[in-house]
Amino acid sequence: MTGWERFTDSFFNARVMAQYLPKIIEGFGLTIVLALCIIAAGLIAGLALAVLRALGVRPLNWLIIFVVDLFRALPPLVIIVLLFFGLPSMGMELSGFASAWLALTLVLMAFSEEIFWAGITSVPKGQWEAARSTGLNFLQALGYVVLPQALRLTIPPLTNRTIAITKGTALASVVAVPDILGAASSGLSHSFNPSPLTLGALAYLVLFFPVVLLGRWIETRFAWKR
Amino acid sequence: MQDFLEAFLNWEIMREASPILWQGLRATLLLSLLVVPLGLLGGIILAVLSTLPHAWVRWPLRVWVDTFRALPPLVLLIFIFAGLPFLGLEISAWTAVAIGFFLNTGAYYGEILRAGIESVPRGQVEAARSTGLSAAQTMRFIVLPQAVRNVLPDLISNTLEVVKLTSIASVVALPELLFQARQAQSVTYNASPIVAAAIMYFILLWPVVRLLSRLENKQLAARR
Repeated sequence: MTGWERFTDSFFNARVMAQYLPKIIEGFGLTIVLALCIIAAGLIAGLALAVLRALGVRPLNWLIIFVVDLFRALPPLVIIVLLFFGLPSMGMELSGFASAWLALTLVLMAFSEEIFWAGITSVPKGQWEAARSTGLNFLQALGYVVLPQALRLTIPPLTNRTIAITKGTALASVVAVPDILGAASSGLSHSFNPSPLTLGALAYLVLFFPVVLLGRWIETRFAWKR
Repeated sequence: MQDFLEAFLNWEIMREASPILWQGLRATLLLSLLVVPLGLLGGIILAVLSTLPHAWVRWPLRVWVDTFRALPPLVLLIFIFAGLPFLGLEISAWTAVAIGFFLNTGAYYGEILRAGIESVPRGQVEAARSTGLSAAQTMRFIVLPQAVRNVLPDLISNTLEVVKLTSIASVVALPELLFQARQAQSVTYNASPIVAAAIMYFILLWPVVRLLSRLENKQLAARR
């Protein structure tokens, strides 16, 4: 075999690819479901924490800041591994999917809380005071006056952070979740041919390339106005 | 409560595992000292090339950067580590990690530095050139120092992410902190070594997180 034939036979082997394509497609679906669950739960939890922090209760705020710092400092894979391999020794079983979902949700919660909080504090104090003086209560002032102004500012950093954390779904393969990478790796070890990995990489590109471009577009569209 | 302490904060097991955890921490630090400069180097190359006025340089660069931003780092790492041997290239875990991080974090650093370079007013370049500096000298002495200062929080933030990301090297059996903790956990059937590793990561990285929070708030105050 020439070098080129060896290369195509290894990385673009049509027979192996056809065999593992269905598994990769299943993994594709699973990756999307996992990503959507993380985005929904993580952003809601992050916004909830930021709103709680706006109440301004000292001890509660310290706790929130500590939790946020904790999940910003720990590598996501460490959290996933801790949940998956650690909890069983306490008699609590968490599936690989649940471990990955919970870990990445906590991470997205921490990062998005920081961003939402930055957005809320960027709204001038006078806006709060004016809203409250017209008779709105705290929640109304927050919901109708502050958040609409704050959220616009948070969109670009939030999009980029969400994309970065969503790519972390590939880490779920470490705890035996048959997502795209999980399916591709097991394809590799069954067929002794890396073509399933090529398919997997292509599947990730199909999924995330448009998302990265969207992130770029949002960044210019909603850029901070000085 | 007793069960919880036994399972997660077992002091006896943590002490027994501590020698290999320290080894792991050393490897994590060493790995960070290898991949951060590599990524920065890749980033500087990409950012400087992207200032060239030729479309046939900029478009391929853009596709390159977006490709490596779209590919999850673990996918890239496994592709390199498990794929290259099929081409007859046997590589060590360290080499695979170095290549993967060069490609992945280089793309991120490149984007940040490009934004930094674009934030330096055009007049600076013109003034520098008119004093007789060459294009390379202008980049080296005038543009890059200001560019780096303008995007310093983003650079630190990305560096934090890179250090955290070194934990994926455990998947290709590079004996860094997480890998050693997993080893100790599987021998002792107890999660305490992983908890100990998490505490080590936290102590190492918390100061950076605090610093970033400060810098971000300052940035925000300046924009108000």
